[in-house]
Amino acid sequence: MTDASAAPAATSPLITADGKPLKAALGRAQRRARRRALFLVLPLLLFILVSFVLPIGQLLERSMHNDFFSANMPRTVEWFKTHRPGTAPDEAAYAAVALDLQDAAKARTAALAGTRVNYDLPGTRSLFTSTARKARDMQPPYKEALIAADPQWGDPMLWATMRRVSPAYSDDFYLAALDRTRDVHGDIVPMPKDQRIYVMLFERTFLLAAGITFLCFLMGYPVAHLLAVLPLRKSNLLMILVLLPFWTSLLVRTTAWIVLLQREGVVNDILVWLGLIDNNHRLAMIYNQTGTIVAMTHILLPFMILPLYSVMRPIPPTYVRAARSLGATSWTAFRRIYFPQTLPGIGAGSLLVFILAVGYYITPALVGGASGQLISNLIAFHLQNSLNWSLGAALAALLLAAVLVLYWLYDRLVGIDNLKLG
Amino acid sequence: MNAAAKGSGFVEFDRVQKSYDGETLVVKDLNLSIGKGEFLTMLGPSGSGKTTCLMMLAGFETATHGEIRLDGQPINMVPPHKRGIGMVFQNYALFPHMTVNENLAFPLEVRGIGKSERESKIKRALDMVQMGAFGNRRPAQLSGGQQQRIALARALVFEPKLVLMDEPLGALDKQLREHMQFEIKHLHESLGITVVYVTHDQGEALTMSDRIAVFNDGRIQQLAPPAELYEEPQNSFVAQFIGENNKLPGTVEAIEKGRVTVRLDTGELIDATPVNVTQAGQRTLVSIRPERIEFRPELLPADAHMIEAEVLEFIYMGDLFRTRLRVAGTEDFVIKNRNTMGQRRLSPGETVKIGWAPQDARALDPM
Repeated sequence: MTDASAAPAATSPLITADGKPLKAALGRAQRRARRRALFLVLPLLLFILVSFVLPIGQLLERSMHNDFFSANMPRTVEWFKTHRPGTAPDEAAYAAVALDLQDAAKARTAALAGTRVNYDLPGTRSLFTSTARKARDMQPPYKEALIAADPQWGDPMLWATMRRVSPAYSDDFYLAALDRTRDVHGDIVPMPKDQRIYVMLFERTFLLAAGITFLCFLMGYPVAHLLAVLPLRKSNLLMILVLLPFWTSLLVRTTAWIVLLQREGVVNDILVWLGLIDNNHRLAMIYNQTGTIVAMTHILLPFMILPLYSVMRPIPPTYVRAARSLGATSWTAFRRIYFPQTLPGIGAGSLLVFILAVGYYITPALVGGASGQLISNLIAFHLQNSLNWSLGAALAALLLAAVLVLYWLYDRLVGIDNLKLG
Repeated sequence: MNAAAKGSGFVEFDRVQKSYDGETLVVKDLNLSIGKGEFLTMLGPSGSGKTTCLMMLAGFETATHGEIRLDGQPINMVPPHKRGIGMVFQNYALFPHMTVNENLAFPLEVRGIGKSERESKIKRALDMVQMGAFGNRRPAQLSGGQQQRIALARALVFEPKLVLMDEPLGALDKQLREHMQFEIKHLHESLGITVVYVTHDQGEALTMSDRIAVFNDGRIQQLAPPAELYEEPQNSFVAQFIGENNKLPGTVEAIEKGRVTVRLDTGELIDATPVNVTQAGQRTLVSIRPERIEFRPELLPADAHMIEAEVLEFIYMGDLFRTRLRVAGTEDFVIKNRNTMGQRRLSPGETVKIGWAPQDARALDPM
C-alpha cells in the first residue's frame, strides 16, 4: 500500500464506493465462503465432539465425582454434614445408617455404597451387603442392633472413612493416584509404604518413555538421513522397509519379539550355541523391562523416522558442501550446520514417540511381565478388573496433564511452530 | 589482459577425466591452466561437464583419471576443507539458522581465529559488499541480491587465493544480475584473487571474464578471451553458442590465402575466412554475425560477393532493427542494424542484395 492510500485510513474508517464501511462489506463477502467451509468440516467436528471431547469430559468428571455412597446413604450423609468431624457417632447416626441400609436393601444398592467405602477401607463391601440383609428387622436402639450385626460398626476408622467418602465430589481419587490419603483429621498424608505404587509407576513410565524416545532417536536419525540422501529408487525401497511394521498387526510384531527373546527363544539359542552363555543361565530378555523397551522401541521407531525424514529431505546438500568449502571438517559441518537444521524434526519425533510411549498399553501388557508394567496397565486394571473407574480416571487425567505440561514446556523451550511432522 | 601476462599454472587440470557410472565420460581429457589472478569462466549448456569440473576443483567430486594441481601441488587427495578455496553456490547456501555475522564467522572460527580479529575481518568483508548494516539479520530476512552479497562476503572473508562461483547470479532478476556482474568484477580486480566462474549465460561470461572456456560434450571447445571468442569462433558449436549467428551450409569452391569462396547448396557464391577447411570440395558451414551483414553495397569491399535476399519480417527493438530474411533457401537469416540517423528500414516483401566483408564470415566444420 502506498502512503497516499494509507493516509485516509488513519483518520477515518475506509468505506466502499456506495458509502458502507469496508469492514462490513468484507465480512459479508467472506461470510458465504466461511459458511461453506464450516459445512464441509461439520461432520468431523461433530465426530470429534461425540467421540473425543465428551468422553474426555466425562472421564475428568468421573475422576472427581463419585456418588455411590452419597446417593444411596442420604440420611448418613446428612448426619455427617450437621456434625463436625471427630464427633463420636451417636444414636442418631446409627439410626441414619440403619434406615439408609433398610432402603438400600430394598433398592438393592447396598453393594454400591459398600463399594465406595471399600475403595478406601478394604473389606467393607461385604459388611454393607451383609448388614443390609439384617437391617430389615432392626429395631431401635440402632447402635446396639448394628454392632450386634457386625462389631465393625463400632470401629471409629469405619466412621472416619464413611465421613470422608460422603461428599459426591472429592479429590480423594487424585490423592490416591499420587499415593496420598487423608488421615482421621482430614490432613493429607502419604499412604503406608506397602500401598504406594502409583508414583513409582508414573516415574517408571516417564523414565522408560524417555529411554525409548532416546533409543528411537539414536537408531532413527541415521536411517532418516540415509532415506533423505539416497537416490529416489533406493530410498523408496528403504522407506518400504521402514513402513513395513505399519502393515503388520501390532500383536504379530509383539509376538515375534516373544519368539525371539524368550528363554527358549532364537536369540538365547544362538548365544548358547555360540558358547557365549551357559545353557543353565539363559538371559531373561522378555517379561521384564528389557522386553518392554525392545518391543516398544521397535514399534515406535517409524514415528521418529518419518518426521526426521520430512525435515531432512528438503535440506539441500549445498549447506554441508558450503561448510566444507569454508574449512569445516565433515564432523564440524554435521554438528554446526546439518544437525541444528534437523532440530524441528527431532523435536517432533521425540514428542510423538514420548507421548505414544507414555500411554502405551498393549505391548507392556504382553511382554512387560511385572517389572515392565506401565501406568496405562494400571489404568486398564482399574477400569476392567477392580472397577474403580474414578481412580482409573484420575490416573488417566494425571497422565493427560503431564503430557500437556510437556507440550507446554516444549512450546516454551523450542516453540511449537518449530514442530514439523511433514 | 591475457593469461600469459599474469603467469600461468596457478590451477591446472592435467588430462582429467570423470565418469559417474563407469560407462560414459562426463569430462573427457580436460587440460586447462588458469593463471594467478585470472578471471576464468566455464561456459556451456547444462550437462556439458562444466559444473563437474568446478566440483572436482572444490573437492566434492573425485577425478576418475588425471591430476588437478593448485599452486603446483596435486590436490586430488586433499579433502575440501583443507583446500582453502572459497566458493559461492547457486542458491547461496547461507546457513539459515545463523545470522549474517555468524555465517561470516564460521570459516574464521573453524580456522581458530580469535574473536577480535574475527570481528574486524567480518566488518571488512561486509563493508566490501556494502552490507555493513545487516550483520544481525538472518538470511531469510534478506532479499536475493543481499543474500548474494553475503554469500560473496562469506567466500572472501577468510581471504582465499582462489574463489569458485557456481552460477551465483542465476536466481537474480536481469537488472540486479547486471549490477552484480560489475561488482564481482570490481572485487576481483581490487582483491587480485583468482576466480573460476561457471555460468550458462554467455552475456555474463563475455562481460566478466579474462578468458572463457566453452564446454560442450565434456570437452573444452574453445578457450579464449571474450572478444576473440565472439569474433573468431573456432568451430560451429562455439559460433552458435556465443551470440546470434547466421549459418549457411555449402561446399568449398576455391581456397587461397586467408580467403575461401563457398558455393551454397542453392548455387550462390559467397566469401569467407577459412577456419576448419583446408581444400576445395570440403563441406562447410559458413557463419556470419547478424550485425556484420550489410545491404548497402557502397559500404562493402569492391570484390565482395553479394546474394539475393527477400525481407520476411521487420522488428523494431528500440536501439536495433532486427530484420528476418529469406536467403539461399533458409528463412531464419537475421540481420541487425543500429537505429542510427538515416538508417534505412527494410519492409517485408522487398528484395535486397546483401553481403559482408570476407573476414566477418567464417567457414567452419559442417555440423
